[in-house]
Amino acid sequence: MHALLDVSGLKKVYEGSGRRVEAVRDLTFTVDAGELVCLVGPSGCGKTTLLKCMGGLLTPTAGEVLLGGRKVSGPPPGMAFVFQEYGRSLFPWMRVGENVELPLKQKDLSKARRRELVADALESVGLTDAAGAYPWQLSGGMQQRVAIARALAYEPEVLLMDEPFAAVDAQTRADLEDLVRGLWRERGITILFVTHDIDEAVYLGERVVVLSASPTVVQEQLKVDLPVERDQLHTRVAPRFAELRTHVYEQIQAAKRGTLPVQDRLTKTDTPPLH
Amino acid sequence: MRRALLRLLFVVALPAVLLTVWWLASDGSTNVFWPPLRTILKTFPDVWTADRFRTDVLPSVLRLTAGYAAAAVAGIALGTVIGSYRRVRAVCEPVLEFLRAVPPPVLVPVIMLFAGIGDTMKIVVIASGCVWPILLNTVEGVRAVDPVMKETALSYGITGAARLRSLVLRSASPQIFTGLRQALSIGIILMVISEMFAGTDGLGYTVVQFQRSFAVPDMWTGILVLGMLGFLLSVVFQVVERRVLGWYHGLRAAGRRSP
Repeated sequence: MHALLDVSGLKKVYEGSGRRVEAVRDLTFTVDAGELVCLVGPSGCGKTTLLKCMGGLLTPTAGEVLLGGRKVSGPPPGMAFVFQEYGRSLFPWMRVGENVELPLKQKDLSKARRRELVADALESVGLTDAAGAYPWQLSGGMQQRVAIARALAYEPEVLLMDEPFAAVDAQTRADLEDLVRGLWRERGITILFVTHDIDEAVYLGERVVVLSASPTVVQEQLKVDLPVERDQLHTRVAPRFAELRTHVYEQIQAAKRGTLPVQDRLTKTDTPPLH
Repeated sequence: MRRALLRLLFVVALPAVLLTVWWLASDGSTNVFWPPLRTILKTFPDVWTADRFRTDVLPSVLRLTAGYAAAAVAGIALGTVIGSYRRVRAVCEPVLEFLRAVPPPVLVPVIMLFAGIGDTMKIVVIASGCVWPILLNTVEGVRAVDPVMKETALSYGITGAARLRSLVLRSASPQIFTGLRQALSIGIILMVISEMFAGTDGLGYTVVQFQRSFAVPDMWTGILVLGMLGFLLSVVFQVVERRVLGWYHGLRAAGRRSP
């Protein structure tokens, strides 16, 4: 079976004003349909660059991204993006409902179908009542819910989320994490979730891809063998959760120091180590 | 209700004081160029009859509307193109700065050579003066569209006309309105000046005619009418702006509450 999302040999070098920055060196990994994969790595490791290459917003210097077997060369209709900067991603001159509906107008949909999708998406994120409000009348967490609703209404094959909860407070963040897991289970969508928060990556993901420091390569891939049913209270204190997060933490520390030999970095460990 | 009355009081208070001061200061005036306000107000209904509104105020307002509208369309269209492409901007910017620095009234004699002394000349003069603030503000506004919003639009396939309509122009609209507001006062000035240079009707022409025939109180009433016209247009502008930029004022207020 083909993977839904296939990243192979991805490399991105920024060149400008005499400086050459290699943000991403060589990334290869796949995401299967219906998976929830978290990408985690040290700050400034080119996570956003990677996601933008995958979403067709940036052209990679080398390598390629395949979505459903087709090469991504511009933003594909099958992908939806949730940005970290929710306040700058929603259009302040449009009401919540219009923001969610706007991308749908580019698709060949009837008005009734569009309304249905908007209402359904807003209901999924618990914001049915906010459709007539402007984004800036809502709290940060609610704004990010609107952005998630906009992505859901778009009916993407893959949902790309770029550190979506980095700018909201801890309690809101926990709620939003549960929302994402809930949506993933209900709707069976494929989610690629980028974060710098190790706990978040382990709590959310079915699989965690650990990235090295920049220039980025895949440090390790880890299957999260926590039960599908997770909740903030019990999952986070489970011994297995602690082991996994410790392991990812060690990997990231090693990645920062750059101590692991290169051949180790590229091995795929699907069986997580037991402590 | 009380608050509304209080607001009305604030609005009316200063004009009332100024008019009173004028009335008192000019009351005993025998200077023929500086007639008492009482005389001016008494002359007003005789001069500004419905007929005169039709023959002088209406043509002025129509020319102003035509010139202003032409400037708005041209300024926003060109500004959007220049603001969207870095290369075009690099080529155009020095020229634009130069053209903007030319005082628009200077163009009246030049434009008269090409466009004669009719309505076309006046409309061209008004448009050529109004276009610069609109154009330059549009360039700035279009240039300053948030990169995250641009990426959002790109990733959701919002391109072409939809992008222009729902992202670029909306995002630039606060700046565009700043330009439109500046252009409005320039437009009124040029309307009067172009009619003073050459014309057979209009507010500027009437005021000059009164002055030349030593009908001094009549001349003063003309100035009052011009002031009121400017005030009225500015009120209309504010109403439109509040409607179109309601989101912007709300956003700014929200930003002040929680930075």
